[in-house]
Amino acid sequence: MKQEIVKQIQENLKYQELVKKRSFLAWGLSIAILVVYYVFILVIAFDPSLLGAKMGDGVMTIGIPIGIFIIVFSFVLTGIYVRRANGEFDELSRQIKESVKG
Amino acid sequence: MKKIIFAFLALGVAAFAAGALEGEVEKQPLNISAIIMFLVFVSGTLGITYWAAKRTKTAKDFYTAGGGITGLQNGLAIAGDYMSAASFLGISALVYGAGYDGLIYSIGFLVGWPVILFLVSERLRNLGKYTFADVAAYRLKQMPIRTLAAFGSIATVILYLIAQMVGAGQLIQLLFGLPYSWAVILVGILMIMYVTFGGMLATTWVQIIKAVLLLSGATFMALAVMLQFGFSPEALFAEATKVHPKGEAIMAPGGLVSDPVSAISLGIALMFGTAGLPHILMRFFTVADAKEARKSVFFATGFIGYFYILTFIIGFGAIVMVLNHPEYLDLVKQAKEGGSPILGGNNMAAIHLSHAVGGNFFLGFISAVAFATILAVVSGLTLAGASAISHDLYASVFMKGKIDEQREMRVSKVATLMLGIIAIILGIAFEKQNIAFMVGLAFAIAASANFPVLFLSMFWKKLTTRGAVTGGALGLLTAVVLVVLGPIVWAEIIHADELKAAVDAAVAAHGLEAAAAAKAAFIKATAIFPYKYPALFSVTVAFIGIWFFSITDKSDDAKKEIEAFDAQDVRSQTGIGAEGAVSH
Repeated sequence: MKQEIVKQIQENLKYQELVKKRSFLAWGLSIAILVVYYVFILVIAFDPSLLGAKMGDGVMTIGIPIGIFIIVFSFVLTGIYVRRANGEFDELSRQIKESVKG
Repeated sequence: MKKIIFAFLALGVAAFAAGALEGEVEKQPLNISAIIMFLVFVSGTLGITYWAAKRTKTAKDFYTAGGGITGLQNGLAIAGDYMSAASFLGISALVYGAGYDGLIYSIGFLVGWPVILFLVSERLRNLGKYTFADVAAYRLKQMPIRTLAAFGSIATVILYLIAQMVGAGQLIQLLFGLPYSWAVILVGILMIMYVTFGGMLATTWVQIIKAVLLLSGATFMALAVMLQFGFSPEALFAEATKVHPKGEAIMAPGGLVSDPVSAISLGIALMFGTAGLPHILMRFFTVADAKEARKSVFFATGFIGYFYILTFIIGFGAIVMVLNHPEYLDLVKQAKEGGSPILGGNNMAAIHLSHAVGGNFFLGFISAVAFATILAVVSGLTLAGASAISHDLYASVFMKGKIDEQREMRVSKVATLMLGIIAIILGIAFEKQNIAFMVGLAFAIAASANFPVLFLSMFWKKLTTRGAVTGGALGLLTAVVLVVLGPIVWAEIIHADELKAAVDAAVAAHGLEAAAAAKAAFIKATAIFPYKYPALFSVTVAFIGIWFFSITDKSDDAKKEIEAFDAQDVRSQTGIGAEGAVSH
């Protein structure tokens, strides 16, 4: 890619909007999953009995639904990202490509 | 009966066939339905390989299946790569042996996926061609970066291969009554055939078929278990805690991660390791564009998450329906060591459960699927390793890009053969290790050598060749050294004889109960590096190394590399220029 085209794209307002929106979403969601996961791991490291707390009269512990929740949470986050990226972000990319050609 | 087995052997190991069923074998009844289903799978996949071989003409076909795989297909194939025998047998074995700890492992394996989607997958697709080194070396110097990436890839691939081979050996030993080493040889030969003839197209379709079979089989097992307990998790857990020797401790975190350093280190290895696995990263080049790459991860995360929930149920199901059931017990071992060891070791818990819920026919199905899993995963791994050798080392470093495609393909086929032979030898050498931990080690190297270089090459403008190579090499070296000096390799493998002597002495002095404590004490005293998972240290070393040697790099080349970042960034963000990279 020629240096002038790179400059031209970087100065394109649509491109700046795309980068800003995507970075915000991508890093936001990454931080969300990292925080959830490392809190989980640190609880295991420092106080595993928290996850071993009984939920009722039976043997079920709170750790089991929390674990399942993290799995479902991961999937839901990927769904949110793909929905926005394949719609909104790809539309912005398309417009940027057109303005470069035009 | 013998005819079938000999026909089966003739597929790949004709030279070894004579006398295959004589000599020392584990006394296992032959399972005809298992053998037939396995034969159907092998002939089906060899048929696919034949079909794929006719369509694999160019290097692009060979490495990326021509780039025509859809998001859903690729999601299944990625899930297939990830739902390895180590995941299926190893994690259900961990759940069977330790309960909740298995779930901790699963979660760690899964949470890397969203991060790959948010930060890696589409940029990778927009920048790369065949291997992740294409991306890492995009604006940096080809030779040193590709050499480093190739070493990182090969180390990861070989460790991962060992885990798969060990699973294959144990499984076929149990199922067919074949000696362990012969089983490993058979897997190696079939894998070499898939990859050399069918390339990525055959490897992908073998992976997709296997993923569908494995998900169906695991779903059936989990449903059968839940049906027994009226779909009440509480009833299942209550029964499991009643029969398990650890009692209610299996409902909470236990011994897998006992100290904070191990816990964080395991987390880093699993999360960043996933984003550094060459056979997974390579899959992003088999789809047409960034949109399909994203969809792949979405589907893959869903399938993998679902699968891990199933393995958790399967592990608990095995506690209830396999543990303490005499037909699955290894009586010889029990007489020697006490406890209630199951036939073929803990890794066979899921296999025995399939018999408990579905009889011989379903045991046959699950065994055939588990074997198919190993075949598919080793094929993907070997293809990734062979690409690192042919595309990165041979074509780009050794020949400096002056090589025609046909020759590059031939080199990757030779590399496949070599990797196959190495996998067989190491598979035999590592017979007695827990395969889930072996995969953990592969992840440590992927997280320390591959991921930091790949990640910073896409996100950090000031990265230079010197920084990437020095920091990446330090990360790789740290991971390897710490693994070698760690509890498993240093204490349990290198000092295996002393370990055995120490355990025997303890047993002689204090009886069978002293064995586990003596083993733990010996490992603690012998291992030079005390943690099983080195990632916390090696990933830190890699990032600091890359940072330090980049910012202190004031050369003219470094300036150019930094200037080239903007063009790379625009392409990675928009995909402009990327279409050409693959379709020409």
